[in-house]
Amino acid sequence: MNAHANAPGGTSAVPLLQLRGISKEFPGVKALDDVSFALYPGEVHMLLGENGAGKSSLMKVLCGAYKADSGEFFFKGEKVTITSTADAQKLGIAVIFQEFSLVPYLDIAQNIFLGREPKGRIPGTIDRRKILAEAKGLLDAIGFDIDPSVVVNTLGVAQQQMVEIAKAISQNARILVMDEPTAALSDRETELLFALIARLKADGVSIVYISHRMAEVFALGDRITVLRDGRRIDGVKPADVTPDQLVRMMVGRTVDMTYPRNFADKPGEVLLQVKNLTAPSGISDVNIEVRRGEIVGLCGLVGSGRTEVARAIFGADPIASGEIVFDGKPISGEPDVASRRGIALIPESRKSEGLALLRSVGDNLVVSALRKLFPSGLFDPRSGLRTADGLIRQLRIATPSARQTVGLLSGGNQQKVVIGKWLAAGAKLFIFDEPTRGIDVGAKSEIFALIDRLVAEGAAALMISSEQVEICHVCDRAYVMREGRVAGHLARNELTEENIVRLGMHHA
Amino acid sequence: MTDITKEALSPPRSFLSQDAIQLFYRLLAVLLICAVLAVLNDSFLSLGNILNVLRQASLTFFIASGLTLVVLTAGLDLSVGANVALSACIAGTVIHTTGSPVLGILTGLACGGIVGLLNGVMVTALRIPSFIATYGMLWVLNGLTYWYMAGETLHGFPPGFRQIGSGYLFGLPIPVYLLLVFLGIGTLFAQRTIWGQEIYAIGANPVAARLSGIPVRRRLLLVYTVSGTMAGLASIIFLSRLNSAEADIGESLTLPAIAAVLIGGTSLFGGVGTVFGTFIGALILTLVLNGMNLLSVSANWQPLVTGIIVIIAVWLDMKTRRRAQ
Repeated sequence: MNAHANAPGGTSAVPLLQLRGISKEFPGVKALDDVSFALYPGEVHMLLGENGAGKSSLMKVLCGAYKADSGEFFFKGEKVTITSTADAQKLGIAVIFQEFSLVPYLDIAQNIFLGREPKGRIPGTIDRRKILAEAKGLLDAIGFDIDPSVVVNTLGVAQQQMVEIAKAISQNARILVMDEPTAALSDRETELLFALIARLKADGVSIVYISHRMAEVFALGDRITVLRDGRRIDGVKPADVTPDQLVRMMVGRTVDMTYPRNFADKPGEVLLQVKNLTAPSGISDVNIEVRRGEIVGLCGLVGSGRTEVARAIFGADPIASGEIVFDGKPISGEPDVASRRGIALIPESRKSEGLALLRSVGDNLVVSALRKLFPSGLFDPRSGLRTADGLIRQLRIATPSARQTVGLLSGGNQQKVVIGKWLAAGAKLFIFDEPTRGIDVGAKSEIFALIDRLVAEGAAALMISSEQVEICHVCDRAYVMREGRVAGHLARNELTEENIVRLGMHHA
Repeated sequence: MTDITKEALSPPRSFLSQDAIQLFYRLLAVLLICAVLAVLNDSFLSLGNILNVLRQASLTFFIASGLTLVVLTAGLDLSVGANVALSACIAGTVIHTTGSPVLGILTGLACGGIVGLLNGVMVTALRIPSFIATYGMLWVLNGLTYWYMAGETLHGFPPGFRQIGSGYLFGLPIPVYLLLVFLGIGTLFAQRTIWGQEIYAIGANPVAARLSGIPVRRRLLLVYTVSGTMAGLASIIFLSRLNSAEADIGESLTLPAIAAVLIGGTSLFGGVGTVFGTFIGALILTLVLNGMNLLSVSANWQPLVTGIIVIIAVWLDMKTRRRAQ
């Protein structure tokens, strides 16, 4: 497609910034595959896609944090290279990340001019008066009425975001990349941000805007680019599409893999009941039920509260109110209580939360089962190794021996070790948080076969996944979360990618 | 990278575990030091001197063995020396006032244990980094001891009590028996109980340990309490051997104990090390000091030599560990 045809105002346009054929590969993943992208002066360009579609990678290529494997950049029609953040800064590209990069203990003015402070008369000093005056000018220009000598860690999220924007403007940014800027804002703050975006647009600043909220895509966007699996699917104008069409563009993919699953005719007794669970980690009034023999999906966008629900059930985070009933009896306390009762958590980041990487495969496999295997309290290394060897055979973990350091195994085999340690512990409910992240296709099938076998033998599984295809193929039913709440429940016959995305998106 | 290439690139397996290799090198170092000293000085190999070395090493070891458990959890206990001083002074007072060594011993152990428990509470409930919590405790204990003793010296204990530190049984000093007993208990606890296994797991990755169902806080409380109790035990032996107690006896104890742990191959980052290694560490430290004494090297050089040995030992450990990964 000819990018020029889509230019705002039709004819005027040489794009401010143009990317052609950008590809970026990581071991095992093609993060960006021949992506082209054009940004015109003074436009708000929405970037849309599911988790893992390539939005973040594109953003990082744009600001020089990643170096593209191939592809070309054009700035005002001239060929340029962006291989470092300094290159991007010179072109006037600034990124407002979701995690702000402000120094909490410095004031607003110091943050804005960090590393570029105007020199005072005495060498080595900073001209404090000048810095405050210039900061005030910048803050006024974006309509943010605040004293620049206020320390940043006393500011709210919205105010910190304003400071980030002021900082970007002070560096003469002409292109502002914003990653879900309204994710943590209230309605009122969102309005203020939108007003600021309008003002920046009028000044000719171009904005790349990553969003998961349909409403703002249509309210703010001049154009929309949809990414999926690292490819650019289409570039459209908001007037020409409906939200449903956008959702279909985001999910419509075919993935070549098999999902082994034998659905039971009728689920067993209730194993887990979560009643009106509210927690300070950001979930409210969550109700979930899991029966023996079921795999229940827990979907929603990243940050919708899925992991927080899992952690609250397992006792890893405190809860504020509500009740968790497991196997007929209420449960509360630390993870050691949950694990003794028969709940297992297979966390999302296995390296930092699931495994002791420096210890052996065998040590990791028996760590949760010590009390069960050695009720006397006396540990017998040989018997521990036998248990580990049994699990290595049963799960077909590719390791030279149980003595191998677990950090040396591949991702799929490490995941099997994390699951194995809960098999050894005799868990009844397995909570999987992104069980297939960073795992190759073959190992994925194996892990699903394993989960299927577990539930067929009377266990139950609650599965968090951003891969909607997986949820649809493997789960008996699913809950969809949005902004810390359960936004809906999908029975087996309603379980489609489109339904999941529709429930998980922010329509408000 | 595929599974197969990754597995092919991993280093060849050894039949000896990392711990075993490190212990082997350390025993080799002990033999080497002994051989050198035996050649340089006739009296080194005399029975009296060897027993003296073992008795000296035992004092360092009692403090260092409890400390090893703390370091295995990636923590540190800087209050052990000050704890020895306070426990010794309180135990000494109890013996003087009641005349009962048994009561005194129990008080000393209890005092050490309570201090350790308080350390544990600071680390787990108040979430103060162990380095800072126990550093603060070091000052608090010093303050208490100086106030309590008010410059006095406790002196003269019943002969039966003094046997603990200076007596012999079948030709061996009693502290050497105690050393063997606690070396055995410490090794069994770390290697052959599920608590020991959990302590290693906590040190290797505290987050994963908690999410694997290990009661991390309770285990940390246990570890700091054990460390304090071992300091209490050391205080009894100290009291009995010196036959006196002053407020400042602990000041020269903490750093050698940490040195023994490090020379013994326990990693300050947690999860790696053994109690037996710490014994070897205490032995190496004592042998070198003993050798310097025998060779009439000025005592002023001892800290410098200790420092160099610690640095070399840790550097060698990190090198072998890096190669293993």
